[in-house]
Amino acid sequence: MTHSSGRPVLIRGGRVTDPSQDLDENADVLVVAGRVEAVGPRLSAPDESDIIDATGLVVAPGFIDVHVHLREPGDEHKETIATGAHAAVAGGFTQVWAMPNTDPPVDNPAAVGFVIAAAERARGAKVRPIGAASVGQNGERMTEVGELVSAGAVAVSDDGHPVLDSGLMRRILEYTQTFGIPMIQHSEDPALSAGGVMNEGSVATALGLRGIPNAAEAAMLARDVLLSEVTGGHLHVCHVSTRQSVEFLRMARAAGLRVSSEVTPHHLLLTEELVRGYNTEAKVNPPLRIEADVTAVREALVEGVIDMIATDHAPHHYEEKEREFDDAPFGINGLETAFGLCLKALVEPGHMSLSMLIDRMSCAPARVMSLEEGTLRAGAPADIVLLVPDEAWTVDPARFVSRSGNTPIAGWELPGKVRRTLVDGETRFTTS
Amino acid sequence: MTPATAEPSESGPRLGKDLIGLENLEASQIQAILDTAEPFKEISERAIKKVPVLRGKTIVNLFFEPSTRTRISFEFAEKRLGADTVNISASGSSVQKGETLVDTARNLEAMRIDMVVVRHGSSGAAQFLAERIPSNVINAGDGQHEHPTQALLDLLTLRDTLGKISGTKVCIVGDIRHSRVARSNIFGLLHMGAEVAVCGPRSLIPAGIEELGVRCFGRVEEAIEWSDALNILRLQLERMKTGFVPSLREYNRVFGVTRARLDAAGRPIVILHPGPMNRGVEIDSDVADGPESVILPQVTNGVAIRMAVLYLLAGGHPEHAEAAKGGAA
Repeated sequence: MTHSSGRPVLIRGGRVTDPSQDLDENADVLVVAGRVEAVGPRLSAPDESDIIDATGLVVAPGFIDVHVHLREPGDEHKETIATGAHAAVAGGFTQVWAMPNTDPPVDNPAAVGFVIAAAERARGAKVRPIGAASVGQNGERMTEVGELVSAGAVAVSDDGHPVLDSGLMRRILEYTQTFGIPMIQHSEDPALSAGGVMNEGSVATALGLRGIPNAAEAAMLARDVLLSEVTGGHLHVCHVSTRQSVEFLRMARAAGLRVSSEVTPHHLLLTEELVRGYNTEAKVNPPLRIEADVTAVREALVEGVIDMIATDHAPHHYEEKEREFDDAPFGINGLETAFGLCLKALVEPGHMSLSMLIDRMSCAPARVMSLEEGTLRAGAPADIVLLVPDEAWTVDPARFVSRSGNTPIAGWELPGKVRRTLVDGETRFTTS
Repeated sequence: MTPATAEPSESGPRLGKDLIGLENLEASQIQAILDTAEPFKEISERAIKKVPVLRGKTIVNLFFEPSTRTRISFEFAEKRLGADTVNISASGSSVQKGETLVDTARNLEAMRIDMVVVRHGSSGAAQFLAERIPSNVINAGDGQHEHPTQALLDLLTLRDTLGKISGTKVCIVGDIRHSRVARSNIFGLLHMGAEVAVCGPRSLIPAGIEELGVRCFGRVEEAIEWSDALNILRLQLERMKTGFVPSLREYNRVFGVTRARLDAAGRPIVILHPGPMNRGVEIDSDVADGPESVILPQVTNGVAIRMAVLYLLAGGHPEHAEAAKGGAA
């Protein structure tokens, strides 16, 4: 995707923060032919260069989100590949992985090609399709994983649903190894979540809402860790939300298994208390949990037991959320608030440095998924974000680039703005 | 949250626009409803059971779930206070029906009604409606959340029988998990200073219930030993089909309130049941019909409580209730 043949770009005078090469210093970044040419002090611009003044800004590898829902095909009233790709760059993301639970699902090479073509036209963030793990995502028969990968899929997943059948899960973790891609699992035992709509506990009890216990996630995760051990396959666990899950991930890490995982910005800060008043904007799966869980996943991210941040960007039309709580869909619109929410959850209270946050949002996904992006090393694709970490702003869903505005943090003041996003050296988003 | 503003004025504590639940009411507001119900009891004993307290008011009884006794009780209360009423029954969820609850709310608003009594299968639906229309909204049961008028009539019956609520020990027995009656009773009883327990199979006790301030009994014998009053909930047949209890027979054997278990306590224990009863399942007939049972007075009090709620939400003052029902139109 390095077809950018534009002029050289010199990003001058910023603070270059690139944890992939332990870099955090004032430097210039020179981009030639869509790739990083050099990083260093006082670089000279070749003739005909575009100069970007980055004085006072942090220059970092663009964020990579391995878990978004772009809704196309099928639910274009919520989001399209184009609106999602532009929401991504507005949030500082230069690459997003699109989940296959569309209508119809992305379970065949033609559908993978459709996503890639739409993303090319959009010219926002890079959009990499995740193929379905089972045909129709119905958990019965494995998809043609090789065909999906040939068409451009970067992983397989039945996200939205777990792969329930332990035998099928085992086969997928075996079969995917030929192609070097991860099996991405939404860990949830539906017999335990049993129609639940929020976290199980005293708040759900007081509200008379059916609860989803922590064990619904942790039980499935434990099984999958065991299957990863049996098969040697790469298991990537979606949106970890419970303290018990963290313990199983810790075991997997200690045993040296190929298990990676992600946590969402909302699970790093928000709790089930937001649901009070039947706030459907706070209805999300896995549900917002309690403080002890928030603390556990946050500490796990700091330790590296959870590898990375992913938004689980799940846009929904406002009418769909303007309903009885039971009937409203799960999901939070996450791309444009991710950086601010993570700063508020992690950096402001001193749990981690800005540099570590950039690692968890940019470098770690690239490292775990073996991508050439996620770094500003010479030769890497020039996927770059320019940030103003200390500038406050107010979340206003009406101003989202995303087609939807479903968020439980509307009206919140967040730190940290994205000033400019470059993909393959080309500016795809900029704001004052 | 219920927009109940408890502004103490010379006319006593007022309710807010709506009655959604007892969780967010204050003791003084509950007290005012119970006190207001007292003078209204007498209206139903008259030969001509009608006073013009709500004359000219339009009330819609909007029932998204089937109901017989609650709807009839509300209807009697409304008619005996002289209101004009319309019953709307809409089966199934609003989504299945096609029209959203938002649109239903807007249509009601457009017809310039004064009050809506709503029952709905989804927790939070009454509040959802209340936040979107200017009319007074009374929750007649929303999902597994609250059923405030049922708990209020339980409180009134308890007060009638024991002379007080504060300091009494009340245990709610049965399917606590799925019960809006249980939740409203827990909140109401705790506000009024009672000690509250729940008892039932653990599969029917929701997680974190102790954090609401109640104790849990696993054996009904222990619950009876502890209690001054038992509020026995109906066990719905579908709980067996969905695996919460293995059989009704076993439920009766382990959790049924029987004469033998009651007598073992060696002192009278007040028996309440919100109805409809499954005789021989959660309650035996000789308990339901026994001397400790106040099940029929509960039904009678239901009309008075609902009159009181309607009157207060319409702007009536607790201490003017006696005069209001006198017939001075």
